[in-house]
Amino acid sequence: MATHFFADTAVLTGRTMRHVTRSLDTIITTAIMPVALLLLFVYVFGGAIRHGPGSYVTYLLPGILLITIASGISYTAFRLFTDLQSGIFERFQSMPIARSGVLWAHVLTSLAANVIAVVLVVGVALLMGFRSGAGVLAWLAVAGILILFTLALTWIAVIPGLTAKSVDGAGAFSYPLIILPFISSAFVPTGTMPGPVRAFAEHQPVTSIVNAIRDLFARQPVGAGIWTALAWCVGILLVAYIFASIFYRRRIS
Amino acid sequence: MLAVMSIPEGTTQGPAIQVRSLEKSYKALRVLRGVDFEVARGGIFALLGSNGAGKTTVVRILSTLLKADAGTARVNGFDVATQAAGVRESISLTGQFAAVDEILSGRENLVLVARLRRLKDPGAIADDLLTRFSLAEAGGRRAATYSGGMRRRLDIAMSLIGNPPVIFLDEPTAGLDPEARIEVWQAVRELAEGGTTVLLTTQHLDEAEHLADRIAILHQGRIIVNGTLAELKQLLPPAKVEYVKKQPSLEDVFFAVVGEK
Repeated sequence: MATHFFADTAVLTGRTMRHVTRSLDTIITTAIMPVALLLLFVYVFGGAIRHGPGSYVTYLLPGILLITIASGISYTAFRLFTDLQSGIFERFQSMPIARSGVLWAHVLTSLAANVIAVVLVVGVALLMGFRSGAGVLAWLAVAGILILFTLALTWIAVIPGLTAKSVDGAGAFSYPLIILPFISSAFVPTGTMPGPVRAFAEHQPVTSIVNAIRDLFARQPVGAGIWTALAWCVGILLVAYIFASIFYRRRIS
Repeated sequence: MLAVMSIPEGTTQGPAIQVRSLEKSYKALRVLRGVDFEVARGGIFALLGSNGAGKTTVVRILSTLLKADAGTARVNGFDVATQAAGVRESISLTGQFAAVDEILSGRENLVLVARLRRLKDPGAIADDLLTRFSLAEAGGRRAATYSGGMRRRLDIAMSLIGNPPVIFLDEPTAGLDPEARIEVWQAVRELAEGGTTVLLTTQHLDEAEHLADRIAILHQGRIIVNGTLAELKQLLPPAKVEYVKKQPSLEDVFFAVVGEK
């Protein structure tokens, strides 16, 4: 059965990708909130924020990209949940195919949909004056971090997708993930925050990931910070993957 | 009503389905308390029972979606617990809710299943089935726009792809109007005429009576009777002759007014 894993996953990914391309509104909705935040913070609050050298939109973009992904993965949970509700998941599980291909199709589709949304948001940021002198390698590094972050959050999204009792439940988990960047270095430098908040902000994953991407965009040496960022992404990915697999196995037996 | 061609490796000998002392509990609730039955190859076997009798649990175990707590079950000669892959090669499942992809068109749904079963020329298979199930015109539309009967027909058509020797239909007419129900019955009969073994569950007595060659009644976790309709009728005292004025049933009235058969 394992020999068919790639072929089956490809066919099933084609199916879930059609769900994305036939409801482009899901990508637009994913991109709208981050774009609105971008506009609000750059043109309303931004003038009052002391963030160091460079334009505020350039300072803000890394955090906004993480928010884009955090809101995009709620659709992954939603699509998986719908498959389970409609019975088509069981149809696939009772067919002679590589069973895990169904899950991987959702994961790959989540990756593709989020890449499109992220590109959209970067496009808007460019129009608003975002500039980076980063070279090809730095851009590739940024892309790599964002892909790892998307995979990590996608495997988190698989858990409510498999276990939720209602559509609302399947999507609700993403709210805390969207809030997390606000209590980080994404919008303002952590230096002005009161002690305990600052301690939390500086030691949660978003800050290290935002700082790494920001340094890459600004052609600054990334230092040890990038390893902290990568460790967070890989760590979250592994833990989420393990839990998702446990819930998946419980679901199919 | 003999065995089918194109049976994957499995066995062409012996019964299509063999269930022995099957048990399953959900926490304290003992749903199946030792279920035994056999289904011979070919023909339609109805598993009759009221809501919550455990019919769906039996089907889920037979289609490798659920593990039994005790007992054994073989489908097309394969053990559901130890040879699940062989079982999945041999069956198709049509669950209680029409399991079609609403965002895809009817044709795309069929092509999808044909691809997953690695068949040649999925497009031709899809077109053929659309015609057979009178869905040719609707084939290009999203399944979300289909009526209940059309979805069920699409669902059953999807189950036929690859000619699996055994098909499970779990309450195939639940929630359908009388016309759609007759359409589905027709589709199920055609299936059986093609040599496929059909196990269907139902809580409608008339459905079992109309369709099934053999009927088993699942009650309180056990099969309490199993036989042909004629055999089941013999369980009761012989028929008395009574003269009763024949009133049309509501179904007769419905079809007379609607103007179809």
